[in-house]
Amino acid sequence: MKPKPRSPAQFTGQSSVKTGAQIIVDTLIEQGVDTLFGYTGGVVLPLFDKLYDAPINIIIPRHEQGGCHMADAYARASGKVGVVIATSGPGACNLVTGLATAMMDSVPIVALTGQVRTDLIGNDAFQEADITGITRPITKYNCIVKEVKDLARTIREAFHIASTGRPGPVLIDVPVDVAIAECKTDGSVNMELAGYRVRTKGNARQISVAAKAINKAKQPVLYVGGGVIIANASEQLRALAEKAHLPVTMTLLGLGSYDQSKAESLDMLGMHGAAYANYAVQEADLLIAVGSRFDDRVTGKVNTFAPNAKIIHIDIDPASISKNVHVDIPVVGDAKVILAELAKEVQHHERKKWFKKIAEWKEKFPFRYDENSSTIKPQYVVEQLCRLTSGKAIITTGVGQNQMWTAQFYRFSRPRQFISSGGLGTMGYGLPAAIGAQAAEPDAIVIDIDGDSSFNMTMTELATAVQYKLAVKVCILNNGYMGMVRQWQELFFNRRYSSSYLTNPDYATVARALGAVGITVDKKADVPKAIKQMLAEKGPCVVDFKVEREENVWPMVPAGKSIDEMNGLDILESMA
Amino acid sequence: MKHIISALVENKPGVLAHVAGMFAARAFNIDSLVVGRTEEANLSRMTIVVIGDDRVVEQVRKQLAKIVPVVKVQDFVGQPVVARDLMLIAISAPPEKRSEILSLIETFKGKVVDIGQKFIMVEVCGPEAKIEAFINICKPYGIKSVARTGTIAMPRQAKTE
Repeated sequence: MKPKPRSPAQFTGQSSVKTGAQIIVDTLIEQGVDTLFGYTGGVVLPLFDKLYDAPINIIIPRHEQGGCHMADAYARASGKVGVVIATSGPGACNLVTGLATAMMDSVPIVALTGQVRTDLIGNDAFQEADITGITRPITKYNCIVKEVKDLARTIREAFHIASTGRPGPVLIDVPVDVAIAECKTDGSVNMELAGYRVRTKGNARQISVAAKAINKAKQPVLYVGGGVIIANASEQLRALAEKAHLPVTMTLLGLGSYDQSKAESLDMLGMHGAAYANYAVQEADLLIAVGSRFDDRVTGKVNTFAPNAKIIHIDIDPASISKNVHVDIPVVGDAKVILAELAKEVQHHERKKWFKKIAEWKEKFPFRYDENSSTIKPQYVVEQLCRLTSGKAIITTGVGQNQMWTAQFYRFSRPRQFISSGGLGTMGYGLPAAIGAQAAEPDAIVIDIDGDSSFNMTMTELATAVQYKLAVKVCILNNGYMGMVRQWQELFFNRRYSSSYLTNPDYATVARALGAVGITVDKKADVPKAIKQMLAEKGPCVVDFKVEREENVWPMVPAGKSIDEMNGLDILESMA
Repeated sequence: MKHIISALVENKPGVLAHVAGMFAARAFNIDSLVVGRTEEANLSRMTIVVIGDDRVVEQVRKQLAKIVPVVKVQDFVGQPVVARDLMLIAISAPPEKRSEILSLIETFKGKVVDIGQKFIMVEVCGPEAKIEAFINICKPYGIKSVARTGTIAMPRQAKTE
């Protein structure tokens, strides 16, 4: 979607006396913002009044949470900073889940919230909430601006902090009187960030030590996370993996950083990761972690994770190093810079025995499902989606089984192609994320592979997609359950399905009512046809796949177990 | 093990809440936390006493440094420091016990700052161990109340350059 200036003649970027609202708008433009997600309300009226004349596309979500997820996915898809605006009180509070999602997954967002007048703050005024207090632990930085002269500088600082180092959301709270107040500005205010420094270049000695360890290793594994995508370091990762000949396993958010069609790809590791990835990590003599943070869904039982491996950890956040797992060779800095340096110092080794072992695991334990089933297997839907989009679509997901099957059965080949709430595990992320990604990449095919319960949470945003002609596709793997919860209840709670199912609406009808196309698929034979029809649609389209109701995600590392203690391998083998 | 961590922070609203909130959110234990102004108007110093093993304290240090308005973080463990705690303590002091108590106060280099009918208020300054010792020694007389600042600290200069 191209910016559509409403009346650029009125855009007053040059004037020297400006209102706070105008300063905000001008600073957003200066920061390169051409699209933002915002919901209006009482105290942000002055700001929206100035936005009316600005060359910025405004996408109004149906709920601020949706807007925040849209800004998040816009950032993940484009690499730019996502911007979201909300009014004070309830509007600001509705950003909380979106900010926490972005914080956990290191996504650069600038959130601007309105606040009640400065003289009313603390008085329990109408629509007042202490949003800086509320969001302090879920933002990289936040502050309230109480004087109009500080606005431009603070917003610049917000963009800088959000987008550098380990990115994250920054919230700036602006009382309405500050937005109205006037201020003489020559546009030359500098940032004042005494406490904010980013280490980009890795320590050369540490890099050499790491290179020596790689050269000596017999059974090394690269374990890469979302940090590689954030750092735009996929090319450097490929070059290193190729030169040193290293197998690569990815975290959920790392998917797309390394082409899964390559023989060296071990795909995803962890709780629902590939058996061959988990075995490789457990038998590795060297683990090279890059932009990954040893999350419990990856490590399983932490004391027995990669028990024989020396660990190299490359990360821009020093606090991530040795947080969960002791690291032998830490390298703090930007993954792109460090991987390039590292590649210069590594030697090529065939590692024939190691790759032979890996090939055997891959042969024995691939991701599988019952292809002969007469019902629609959710994995089959994902596999067909991958096939019919040639593995090229941008994919967003909900959270739960739908997310894991997507990670297992869609084959990703490029960074920023897979957009999912990893750390926080936010159900309802999929649809608003698809809208945000589509706004960033108007010509791409964007598909939300969702679960019925995840979709229920934010499906109102379908109206947003319709209004802005953002042609997102939604594929609901509809099993009528909160599938992952049901799976845990089946396995660990004696099949007592307590509160894990809902009475769902007919999604195709809902889609049509909201102005999108709706398709229902209840026969396996109709799956490819429906996907083709969906892909041919020019506008938003929802396909409701009535999938096998009690399908499980395998393999599965039960909580507290080592990652090579996977359940379900026998089930997978029986399907061979 | 106790670590004294000194953090230089920007003098901005919300910094104390951010630091205190981070400790709570990450389940780190604070023994004491002191904030005060420094020689520079825009900077404050927080002195935080933390109990934990090396791994925990290392995380504390890194997580503190990660907070944007935190400018500099030092862990004084293993280096010679001057550490001081200031206490006001009100001790029950009936006339017949007064001289005994006053001699104790003198031994601890305390200062009597208020004398009333029933209690005397004493100011004691020193390393934490001294403060604790004084409290213990006063217990038999009856302590009415104690107010302590918590520890502040500064590293000593190197003896040789």
